[in-house]
Amino acid sequence: MKRVYLDNAATTKLIPEVMNEMIPYMTEVYGNPSSPHYFGQQSAMGLDKARRRVADAINADPSEIIFMSGGSEADNTAIRGIAERYAKKGRHIITTAVEHHAVLHTCQMLEKQGFEVTYLPVDEYGMVTVDQVREAMRDDTVLVTVMFANNEVGTIMPIPEIGALCHERKVFFHTDAVQAIGHLPIDVKAMNIDMLSMSAHKFHGPKGVGALYLRKGIVLPPLIYGGAQERNRRAGTENVPGIVGMGKAIELACTDLDKKMASMSALRDKLITELPKRIPEIKLNGHPTKRLPNNVNFSIKYIEGESILLMLDLNGIAASSGSACTSGSLDPSHVLLAMGLTHEVAHGSVRMTLCDETTEEDVDYVLEVLPKVAERLRKMSPLYHE
Amino acid sequence: MYTEKVLDHFQNPRNMGEIENYNGMGMVGNAKCGDIMQMFIRVNDEGIIEDVGFKTFGCGAAVATSSMATEMIKGKSVDEALKLSNEAVVEALEGLPPVKIHCSVLAEEAVKAAVDDYHKRMDEKKAEENNA
Repeated sequence: MKRVYLDNAATTKLIPEVMNEMIPYMTEVYGNPSSPHYFGQQSAMGLDKARRRVADAINADPSEIIFMSGGSEADNTAIRGIAERYAKKGRHIITTAVEHHAVLHTCQMLEKQGFEVTYLPVDEYGMVTVDQVREAMRDDTVLVTVMFANNEVGTIMPIPEIGALCHERKVFFHTDAVQAIGHLPIDVKAMNIDMLSMSAHKFHGPKGVGALYLRKGIVLPPLIYGGAQERNRRAGTENVPGIVGMGKAIELACTDLDKKMASMSALRDKLITELPKRIPEIKLNGHPTKRLPNNVNFSIKYIEGESILLMLDLNGIAASSGSACTSGSLDPSHVLLAMGLTHEVAHGSVRMTLCDETTEEDVDYVLEVLPKVAERLRKMSPLYHE
Repeated sequence: MYTEKVLDHFQNPRNMGEIENYNGMGMVGNAKCGDIMQMFIRVNDEGIIEDVGFKTFGCGAAVATSSMATEMIKGKSVDEALKLSNEAVVEALEGLPPVKIHCSVLAEEAVKAAVDDYHKRMDEKKAEENNA
């Protein structure tokens, strides 16, 4: 059966070039990078190279990159770290209603510790404005954390504008860029970003490794206490093969980025324009233009997301959904609800996320299969009347 | 995540769709929670469910439990149908993930709602005949 993987926002395929760079660090280069001997120093050199590659990808200095287990740890380190270290400066945090749970649940935990959190509402496209951030700012605001691009609907937030505002008001600015790295150009200096979270497996690197960019001059307590690894900022022997893989993956992802963005956007837009012609009563979720080049998200009225996914899967297509049944709770995606979708429409969402290996043939296959799936499920639906 | 039996009933739902001349219809659940089941039954003069059909808005488990429930009550008396438990439906499907058990409860409720509706219609019919 033809298989089409369109769940690249969940995770991506480890590409062979990345794996090839990792293999020596799982075999002959096994020293502990903290050890002064030859074996250790070989590993340390691998770390250095990876650190430089990650720093180059976002215009940072290598010393500003802290490797850790992934995006969730980076979000936790940044937000909890600022709260703990700079509580004297203020106990108010500004974020958005559509953040990843790694940010939202961390903020909720801090609320229990006496912090005040403003969750900015979003418009119908899942967007916040810099004016909203400005209006929410108070004298005791210590941190603004706004995601670079939304993982579900792909909407790209006005990060440079928010960065400039935070810089001017001397408020720390963190962005969860897990979905944006390798898909959008990012320059932490030009965009006034103080902290940025990333995860290797979202850009064809290995799972279980990520990094936090932490601007020079900001001191955060570690989340994990122990040894002096990562300049006392994250204890634990480094995941050397993972970090080496992350370095290679980010370098590859950012090579010819413009070209890849253009070709992915073209395939994305083919789905966005063609699907509504073939399926009546469907709605695009997310911003029509300010969206990740690889994100397509539709709500198909009268049918439910998990059923859509199952039926797509039976036809070889892997996608995802914001329905309650796929979220493991009774409520559909908080992102779609924050955008003002009704529960019914949110339950019928389907997200397809492309990568640069996605072909036009794959897209055409979706255009052939999804309308049939929608028709079949609608025939079964008590809500649908032809 | 799902057993082969669940996937089979999802892919090839039995008794799917509205049936002709039904004399009992029940609809349970709500779109807010993501599951709606509609059950149609046609009961003959002997009180036997001759035909049954369903329509479902919901996940794979919701479709499969509806489909299985229709199979389990077809040809049975309405009294027997009322005895259908959600556990029996789950067992017939060779299990459901814990988070999906509520779907089987919905299937049981849909059958009961259809039978209740049938009884109501019969009572109304009798009352009309008595009045005539």
